[in-house]
Amino acid sequence: MTAPTSTPPRAAVPVDYAPLRAHRRNRALIQVGCVLISLFMAVPIYLIAVASFSTREGLNQFPQPLWPKNFGTETMATFLQSTGIVGGLINSLYVGVGTLAFSSLIGAPAGYAIARFAFRGKDPYQLFLLFTRALPIVVLSVPLAGIFLQVGIYDSPLAVILLHTALALPTTILITSSVFLAVPVDAEEAARIFGCTPVGAFVRVVLPLALPGMAAASIFTFVMSWNEVLGATILTFSQRTLPAQVLSSLSDSPLAFRFAGGLVLVIPALIFIALMRKYLLNMWGTTIR
Amino acid sequence: MVEATGPAVVAPSRRPRRLSPAFWLILPSIILMLLLFAYPMFVGIRAAFVEGDGGGFTMANWARMVNDPQFWPAVRNTVLLIVVIIPLQFLFAMIMALLLQAKPRGSAVYFYLWAIPLAVSDLAAGLVWLSIFSDQGYLNSVLVDLGLQPFAWLSYQNPQTQFLAVTLAELWRATSLVLVIVVSGMQGIPKDYDEAAAVFGANYWQRLWQVTMPLLRPSLQVALILRTILAFQTFAVAQALTGESFPLLVGETYRWYSALSNPNVASAYALVIMAVSMVTAVIYLRALRDESRQVKR
Repeated sequence: MTAPTSTPPRAAVPVDYAPLRAHRRNRALIQVGCVLISLFMAVPIYLIAVASFSTREGLNQFPQPLWPKNFGTETMATFLQSTGIVGGLINSLYVGVGTLAFSSLIGAPAGYAIARFAFRGKDPYQLFLLFTRALPIVVLSVPLAGIFLQVGIYDSPLAVILLHTALALPTTILITSSVFLAVPVDAEEAARIFGCTPVGAFVRVVLPLALPGMAAASIFTFVMSWNEVLGATILTFSQRTLPAQVLSSLSDSPLAFRFAGGLVLVIPALIFIALMRKYLLNMWGTTIR
Repeated sequence: MVEATGPAVVAPSRRPRRLSPAFWLILPSIILMLLLFAYPMFVGIRAAFVEGDGGGFTMANWARMVNDPQFWPAVRNTVLLIVVIIPLQFLFAMIMALLLQAKPRGSAVYFYLWAIPLAVSDLAAGLVWLSIFSDQGYLNSVLVDLGLQPFAWLSYQNPQTQFLAVTLAELWRATSLVLVIVVSGMQGIPKDYDEAAAVFGANYWQRLWQVTMPLLRPSLQVALILRTILAFQTFAVAQALTGESFPLLVGETYRWYSALSNPNVASAYALVIMAVSMVTAVIYLRALRDESRQVKR
């Protein structure tokens, strides 16, 4: 922030310590600000964890203690044993992985094409991708429910996978194209010169180099799918994903159920962000433009 | 779309000239988008203008939508939420980004904590804040511990505090997105400008307003467009916190589709949301383009 202070001379010359003091005061204020914001971000997660791991009597107590005084796994266990929760968890994982597979299989080649080829219609294509990202999910979900009913895949994980793939695809294409752009063309050309086929060069040289970035992109796809509530609720009836199950049983469930549900939905976020920390800035920096 | 060379022109080499490989690479994505974006859009627009399942043309769905007592409150809440929350979020995200920019000790931990809500859904955020704002929740517990009266924050009789709760939950959840965009924008600004300004005697605030902010403008505009479009889609926060007593446009669409099983009116709602997001995006893009032209000059 302020200019680095050089070591003060020990001589008898009077030394002005004011800038140093101001510097120290600034650092302290910055720390205070950071701690306050961190509390705002972390305390709600801490509180829902406390609520989810309280005994039933503990939750009925008022005023409630802010520390885990009535610790018990009863609330959590009841939530996990409710109808549709384990099934929802499995469906969520299934849909997440399916979305990831579909959108990578379809999106990565398109991303590669944008990164490596100049072709007519490239600009309209990219504009089209940006446009689809701006479409609200409701606009697609309601008509898709009708279409899927006719086709016979309504109320199946496949229906949700297709919707999530459509939502994730533009982002996947834009991220993968920036990942492929970062892989030097020279490496690919060198492989061709040494006798690789185009596909061989891609598989042996480009893919290994692009893999870390693509892994990061797929975690984003998974998070999007894990968190998407509205479309999943509209497109399913009995084969709910976890958030859809929680949302549709909100109005007729006790508070304990909702708290436990909230915590189960938040836990993956802690893990995802820990895994993604390094990539967060690059990812958003490059994809959004 | 992509070059279609028609009758194969025999190239000088032994191979006949084919479609560009790029065409085959992007073809699957185009087919998927047509099936899952264009076709449903068409079906949805039609559904909003017909009676029941494939009847004749009618405006009855729109009349039912506008005459629903929840419609105007939903419009008002949605717009009010966006108008209040987006400036707050940008202010908050700027403060957070500037704090991180100062590289305090432990900034990696801070960044992790502040980025967590990025992966939290709006439903989960609503449930998290429900544990704080519910009648026997943590906020009232603290109030009682301090010797104050508890308050029914989420009751339909107190729309102001309902609004406050939804705003706080959204501020908590969605500021991270703005933060990440702003921080990555700041990292892209060369240090030289700031240092040059400092050498010429500009103080911190002058450097912030006259050097950093103008250079940050593209990132801020991107964040603004993205956040506003996403803000129109918020509904599960309100649903989790207040049930149905704080209507938002998307929540109403969901209610008409599932509880009232009327996909036609739901389609009309969906079109309203789409129209509003599109118009907002276009207005922002206009502003953005004009700004960038000025910068170039």
